[in-house]
Amino acid sequence: MTAPWPQIDALAASVRNRERSAEETVRTALERSSAHEDLGIFLHVDEARALDAARAVDRRALEGHDLPLAGVPIAVKDNLCTREVPTTCGSRILENFIPPYDATAIARLQDAGAVVVGKTNLDEFAMGSSNENSAFGSVKNPWDTTRAPGGSSGGSAAAVAAGIVPVALGSDTGGSIRQPAAFCGTVGLKPTYGRVSRYGLVAFGSSLDQIGPLTNRVGDAARVLTIIAGGDPRDATCSNDPVPDVTEALEGGVEGLRIGLPKEYLGEGIEPSVREAVSDAAERLAAGGAQVREVSLPHTSYAIPAYYVVATCEASSNLARFDGIHYGRRAVASDLATTYERSRTEGLGAEVRRRILLGTFALSAGHYDAYYDRAMRVRTLIRRDFELAFESVDALISPAGPTPAFRLGEKTQDPLEMYLADILTVAANLAGVPGLVVPEKLVEFEGAALPVGVQLMGPMWSEATLLRIGHYLERTRGDLPAPPIGGRS
Amino acid sequence: MIEPETVLKVARLARLELSEEESARLAVELGRILSHVDRLEELDVTDVPPVMHGTGGSDVYREDAAGPTLSVRDALANAPDAADGCFRVPKVIDDA
Amino acid sequence: MTDPQPPASGIEYEPVIGIEVHVQLRTHSKMFTPAPNTYGEGPNTKTDPYTLGLPGTLPVANKEAFTLAIRVGLGLDAEIASYTKFDRKNYFYPDLPKGYQISQMDLPVTSNGKLPLANGKVIRINRAHLEEDAGKAMHTGGDASFVDLNRAGIPLLEIVSEADMRSAPEAVEYLERLKLLLRYLDVSDCDMEKGSLRCDVNVSIRPKGMEAFGTRTEIKNLNSFKAAEKAIGFEIRRHTSVLQAGDEVVQATMLWDEDKEQTRVMRTKEESADYRYFPDPDLPPHHISDSWVEEVRATIPELPWIRAARLRSLDGITEYDAGVLIQDRAVADFFEQALAVSGDAKATCNWITSELFGVMKERGHDITSCGIPPARLGELVRLVKDGIVGSGGGKKVLHAMYGTDKDPAALVDELGVGQISDEGALEAIVRQALEANPDTVSDIKAGKKKAAGAIVGWVMKETKGSANPGTVNKLIRQLLG
Repeated sequence: MTAPWPQIDALAASVRNRERSAEETVRTALERSSAHEDLGIFLHVDEARALDAARAVDRRALEGHDLPLAGVPIAVKDNLCTREVPTTCGSRILENFIPPYDATAIARLQDAGAVVVGKTNLDEFAMGSSNENSAFGSVKNPWDTTRAPGGSSGGSAAAVAAGIVPVALGSDTGGSIRQPAAFCGTVGLKPTYGRVSRYGLVAFGSSLDQIGPLTNRVGDAARVLTIIAGGDPRDATCSNDPVPDVTEALEGGVEGLRIGLPKEYLGEGIEPSVREAVSDAAERLAAGGAQVREVSLPHTSYAIPAYYVVATCEASSNLARFDGIHYGRRAVASDLATTYERSRTEGLGAEVRRRILLGTFALSAGHYDAYYDRAMRVRTLIRRDFELAFESVDALISPAGPTPAFRLGEKTQDPLEMYLADILTVAANLAGVPGLVVPEKLVEFEGAALPVGVQLMGPMWSEATLLRIGHYLERTRGDLPAPPIGGRS
Repeated sequence: MIEPETVLKVARLARLELSEEESARLAVELGRILSHVDRLEELDVTDVPPVMHGTGGSDVYREDAAGPTLSVRDALANAPDAADGCFRVPKVIDDA
Repeated sequence: MTDPQPPASGIEYEPVIGIEVHVQLRTHSKMFTPAPNTYGEGPNTKTDPYTLGLPGTLPVANKEAFTLAIRVGLGLDAEIASYTKFDRKNYFYPDLPKGYQISQMDLPVTSNGKLPLANGKVIRINRAHLEEDAGKAMHTGGDASFVDLNRAGIPLLEIVSEADMRSAPEAVEYLERLKLLLRYLDVSDCDMEKGSLRCDVNVSIRPKGMEAFGTRTEIKNLNSFKAAEKAIGFEIRRHTSVLQAGDEVVQATMLWDEDKEQTRVMRTKEESADYRYFPDPDLPPHHISDSWVEEVRATIPELPWIRAARLRSLDGITEYDAGVLIQDRAVADFFEQALAVSGDAKATCNWITSELFGVMKERGHDITSCGIPPARLGELVRLVKDGIVGSGGGKKVLHAMYGTDKDPAALVDELGVGQISDEGALEAIVRQALEANPDTVSDIKAGKKKAAGAIVGWVMKETKGSANPGTVNKLIRQLLG
């Protein structure tokens, strides 16, 4: 059985104090990743590089450098660029691509002493909700290996749930951190749009994407956010406003907070056990002195069509660079036109091609007004829903997915059905507001014991409040059992 | 709702190859998705401005200072085919 | 196709010409990334991850490019947008690594400008917008093309005129005046050979008096104004022939074949692209404040044609002289500074354009590297004007001054080229000359004006060239009555 990882603050302190070395810490993570290879979590693990990096951290610790994350092993989703380490985005077209630079978020974590142990599997180019769209195999949920871990950050969620690493980075465009966090029973944070630099995140929906942590504890997510957040001269959409220390008031409790239950998020199609998890959490909030009331986000049902227009339009443009010309996999062809078509058709998976077609169509001559322009206006209506709600409440609580983790292979027949399941998460990306998922309980679903999480959403820049609420829920919930594979204890 | 010929045209724009069977299938799939997207027409968006940029920020600039470059070797490191310091591709037909 | 000569009779057509100029802005770094903006280095030596279109990279706008764009807008008397943004223009080409170009579609940084021609006609400028340049795809004649991305990402200003030009020479005048303006504004070196200035020309014709536009063709890849003039002329004749034959002009993009001196079709309209423009989500919009515009306005120099008009009003300066002086703003500056010392505009102009330019050309210099402070040149002109040194001696002094800060008056002495202008000093010698040349004296008295030259020559020989010929002539006239 795998021993649980301590809080990362404590872990880093013990490395700095030389009670343990970064090297042995990282070695533990590497061993665990080997032990769980069958889960399909990692696309790339470079042991030698990770151990070299760990040894360097030990040297820096010896020299007395300030290393808030000394020796903390992390996994990063394979759509985040890592210098000299393959970055495939789960796609054949990038199967041999090695970036010459690090994503800003990764560089900041490494500066703080964290060590990347591997790149995690994902839905190809972050497009999907089950990690079944990877060109390199799917990821199995540590709670039930016949089930999906969620997506698109499925590998990152599973890596944390299985106890391989205490922290993984994921990305969230329409729920891709939050939904897998819920499916795998981990904490997942999608920061406010513009809170964390996107430099180095392979773009999918540029106005929607954010990088965020998946962890076992709310406090760990807070710590990671303080390290990765903040202005970056390389990202014009990243805010330069100072980042508050979100680890400060974590234990503050929820006395006096007003919490909203958006009724559109608790309608038909939500599994009763999921609904119950949300009301359990709401009860504990009330018990802690929060006021809980129903609110409405009336345009919620329009979030899916708006999202799928905006995201696919932006993606169709962002993925035009994958053409086999300057990097990536080039198909064999004797003329240029065929080179383009064949490289892209052979290199990109079906879901990616479908979304590119949708986005290209929506942007094509004569369609801009009806699709992208209209969707961006509906987006304003969705934002206003949130703004209005936040005049009367400080945060919202809702499910993160309509059901617990579904079976692998179950949803892949009908793309529209997959898209509709994103209804609980996409609005936050459209509005730019932060979303935090915290595991709430284990439920019985289709004969398996599966985790269910609750989602907290707040106004833009309200991560501190969400983390405080999440921390309260976590400590009043009590310990959850570990997944059968790896996990906590 | 969307014709297979349209799908083929869009595929050409996007530099994707589609067989006839695929374009027929995708016409159905995309058609269903677009029908759902058409729900957006139900909303009155007169006087509703589009969200242009995520944070509502503006006026972000860089000072005009030259920064580091990649070596030619690094620049071409991921190139599928390169020669004489350049990316090599099958001949471009026209001169633009 | 051979150069079509339209038949003599038929409907009279007028050409309708519009021009798009792409000018590379002389910033230190590229438009959306810090990679350097330089020319002429080995292929792919000026790239960074953004330039290569690597995944995960993001654009950030270069502030100086905006400042330069505002300068151009002010120089064209255009409106500067108070709110502007960037859009993506999506298409596939090997010199475009992202598969899209960041440009400006509906909210360009400037619009509604004008450029006056010499005869007062105004060419309207529809817009000037910022965008990033593409790389270069080179074809050596084999099966492959070679792509160099050094140029990819360099800031471009695309200046689009209205279709206001009515002839090839008028189009070329527009181009020359636009180039002059851009150089005055110091926004680019405007070198067509280096590719820092490129133009595409749209040509159509219509029956005189008609308002509606005829079908147009676009000529791309012209590498000189001369080529542009020839190509436009060819296209006008070709369109005319087509219409007079009862056919229709096919809308197409054409290339100019310099060797064959004709245009050929590159692609026709059916294949033209759907660019799927949409606002670039990676770049928040820009507000250009009035105070920023005023700050830039304060740095705008006197525009070339305004300066030319002012110089023209100086004593002795012809339109031609003014035109020559303003061709290079630094020359005009030099001229005016020298004039402040010499007090004689025409003489100063001549000394600069005839003499100084000659020496500069020999040495391969331009006015900023010639190393003669303008004030010194002014002093030299004054010395010649005052008769202290003759023009021949003056030229020797100029050569000696070149590349130094030496005082011309001192050099006159040093070189011993001082001119004797004093009548008293020369009278004796002139008398001697007249006595020594009685036949010449007869000729002079008989009215042969040029005969005096022989006397002047004799005096010059006697004085080893230091006599002021003007004074000698005066004395000859006095002494002979």
